[in-house]
Amino acid sequence: MIVDPDVVGLSRLQFALTALYHFLFVPLTLGLAFMLAIMESVYVMTRREIWKRMTQFWGVLFGINFAMGVATGVTMEFQFGTNWAYYSHYVGDIFGAPLAIEGMMAFFLEGTLVGLFFFGWDRISPLKHMLVTWFLALATSLSALWILIANAWMQNPVGAAFNPQTMRMEVTSFKEVIFNPVAQSKFVHTVSAGYTMGAMFVLSISAWYLLRGRNVDFAKRSMTVAASFGLAASLSVVVLGDESGYTVSENQKMKMAAIEAMWETEPAPASFTLFGIPDTKARETHAAIRVPWVMGLIGTRSIDQPIPGIAELVDDAKTRIGYGIQAYDAMLVLRENREDAQAKAILAAHDKDMGYALLLKRFMDDPRKATPADIQKAADSTIPNVPVLFWSFRIMVACGMYFIFLFAYAFWRSSKRRLDGRGFLKVALWSLPLPWVAAELGWIVAEYGRQPWAIEGVLPTALGASSLTAGQVWISLGGFVLFYTALAFVDGYLMLKFARKGPDGLGMWPKRPDAIPVTAQTV
Amino acid sequence: MFDYATLRVIWWALIGILLIGFAIMDGFDFGVAALLRILGRDEHERIVLLETIEPTWEGNQVWFILGGGAVFAAWPLLYAASFSGLYVAMFVLLVAFIIRPVGFNFREKVDDPRWRAVWDTCLIASGVIVMLVCGVAFGNLFLGLPFRYDGDLRMTWDGSFFQLFRPFALLAGLVSLSMLLAHGASWAAMKADHVIAERAAKVSRIASAVYIVLFVLAGIWLAYGIPGYAVSGPVVTDAMSNPMNKQVAVGGTWFAGYLTHPYFWAGPIVAFVGALGLQLFVGKRGFMGFFCSCLAVAGTILSAGFALFPFLMPSSVDPTSSLTVWDASSSRGTLLIMLGVTVVFIPLILLYTGWVYRVMRGRVTLEHVRKSHSMY
Repeated sequence: MIVDPDVVGLSRLQFALTALYHFLFVPLTLGLAFMLAIMESVYVMTRREIWKRMTQFWGVLFGINFAMGVATGVTMEFQFGTNWAYYSHYVGDIFGAPLAIEGMMAFFLEGTLVGLFFFGWDRISPLKHMLVTWFLALATSLSALWILIANAWMQNPVGAAFNPQTMRMEVTSFKEVIFNPVAQSKFVHTVSAGYTMGAMFVLSISAWYLLRGRNVDFAKRSMTVAASFGLAASLSVVVLGDESGYTVSENQKMKMAAIEAMWETEPAPASFTLFGIPDTKARETHAAIRVPWVMGLIGTRSIDQPIPGIAELVDDAKTRIGYGIQAYDAMLVLRENREDAQAKAILAAHDKDMGYALLLKRFMDDPRKATPADIQKAADSTIPNVPVLFWSFRIMVACGMYFIFLFAYAFWRSSKRRLDGRGFLKVALWSLPLPWVAAELGWIVAEYGRQPWAIEGVLPTALGASSLTAGQVWISLGGFVLFYTALAFVDGYLMLKFARKGPDGLGMWPKRPDAIPVTAQTV
Repeated sequence: MFDYATLRVIWWALIGILLIGFAIMDGFDFGVAALLRILGRDEHERIVLLETIEPTWEGNQVWFILGGGAVFAAWPLLYAASFSGLYVAMFVLLVAFIIRPVGFNFREKVDDPRWRAVWDTCLIASGVIVMLVCGVAFGNLFLGLPFRYDGDLRMTWDGSFFQLFRPFALLAGLVSLSMLLAHGASWAAMKADHVIAERAAKVSRIASAVYIVLFVLAGIWLAYGIPGYAVSGPVVTDAMSNPMNKQVAVGGTWFAGYLTHPYFWAGPIVAFVGALGLQLFVGKRGFMGFFCSCLAVAGTILSAGFALFPFLMPSSVDPTSSLTVWDASSSRGTLLIMLGVTVVFIPLILLYTGWVYRVMRGRVTLEHVRKSHSMY
């Protein structure tokens, strides 16, 4: 049956909104957790009270953000089942495992230790508390690892095969799933992005204190930590972002071509389009400014291998749809008679192409009845949204380059003990939103660029949706938008309130650093 | 070493353990939150109550998240069918879960009674909603749910949100509510200042008495008023997971398993022993009251799980589509690997969770709260 296109569209919108929203908080948790661990380690080594205060103060902001991350993460764990039921059935055998392992190996540790971070200051020794913070930081990054192993499998589905008896993909090699090369580069790229965000957060708010002449010792120390941590993180995010680009070209040539708005295959080594206006109708890029050789070097690590353009990839897709229809036919035969030798042989030869036949299911019930025009339409549908990818990618990369310069400059100033130039401080303050811009755009490049696939080459997104009514998804989508907007206001209000209060406004650090006296009137 | 059928039974048991872990660990958080304004008469008392759960509730909630992940990994058909079928109910449940982290964290960040009252309402509502919805969902399993599969194993659902509120399901919701209110109150009786603890013990005893009556009632109703499901024809326990390859008969009794496997009675017996023990021990020194409450919770879930076995989610409109232990699991390879991971990590989880509870041991007193107010 054909899933209601409204349900697919609304479910996609809901997934994108809830994932993008979740991803506002997660990277900051990743980065701040490590910065807390670093600050607390300095405290434990030097036993200077100010470092403990720093840990506790940034810890309050960490706590507000952490709560939002956890709250919005709940949705993600269950949304595959609620809105993407056929996806969950089709790939749950592989995709579910890393999510469950994330829970057992990482999130449990994170969730259990975070309470102790806040409530344990007087109950365990400083050394033990520091270890709690380190394990907390480690657990947040481990959590990212397993989520990205799951995500990488969507981009590059290795170690699995289709089983016609159960109508789903099943694991053939769990090792390949875990050691998916896409997972490794994505992991390093994503956690580095989170560390960069954490560093920018501390750098910007500290700059604000210095501009106001408040909490000067506190802010300078925080800035020093942020500058060095941020420099390392931003170098890693860009250098290993390149690694991520390299693997994209191996596994998702279409995504690469779309990011580049490369309509036709160019002779090697391909040039990098610095600027241009992609025209999806005419399939060309106007006003392009090209830098020769660069793309070929990034994409293939060579000067003689060509990078395929969109037209060539659409032709490839057409061929694969043809094989896919054969595989689909064989699958139907096997469902009736599981011993049919001829069907077995066809499926064995072309099961990797069966997903391409499923692309036709958006337009018709039975892919075997497709006309050449249908096949052309399905092949064209493999082109993602070129202008969006083109620009998202360029803005993200520009942000990344800027972070390297800013943190390098901050690092240089902090090593000269000259963290007081007003111009520099203002730039540091107003750069605060940029890591979020970069992170969200990164998500768009990776996931919107994966369309029309839920699982690259295996399962089209349109097929993965649940059999719901549009009305049901409207209810949940509307509910999430209202509810998340309200939470965004509350979160923003509290973040501003506590950042403004600052370590000085919060008093002289009694047992609970973040305590606000409850006055008699409230009781 | 482990054949497919054995692995499936192990994973049925593991999901049961996760569910019991969730109900015991997160259950008392829900109970305390729901009783926040009944047990806590003023702001200080409410802070005491919250501080009994704040350091550990986050870890407790992971039982729920992990439950979702583990069902996804081990029973993908169940994950897909139940969550998409119960769409609106799941949305309500998710909102209740989303509000908790922010509720606990944000509540004491602003010194204004109206602000705190709003968050109290959120926490109370989320507690009540989760306890009720989980119970109603469980009750619906015995009645069968309106879903069927086509040849591609795509599921369709012929029911609405409001059709879930059938009388027996509502009764199951009340069993869950009274059980977890008693459970939460028994935690408060153990952890909160004596003034509050006395009140909590009383509430716990009342809720637990209601629970016993409702639990017995549900048992009788199930035995005499609700037809059971059974796999008819040959039961193949190690076939590939495709629910459409079996026949199901409706009309027997859900207690069939109890007749053939007498040790199933351990479930209800543990539940009763726990509930009676709670009446005896709650409010007394030590942890026996709370421990007995844990037994009652575990016994209740065991009773229901045993009665359903081997069914995970029966279908009322097309019994053949029903999901059972024998046809809704992941492949053998996935079950085996996940078992390996579980065997390593669940003991570790219990170890460090135990350590955190030990660190946070002792009552939270009003005096302590008056001296340094909690907020994290």
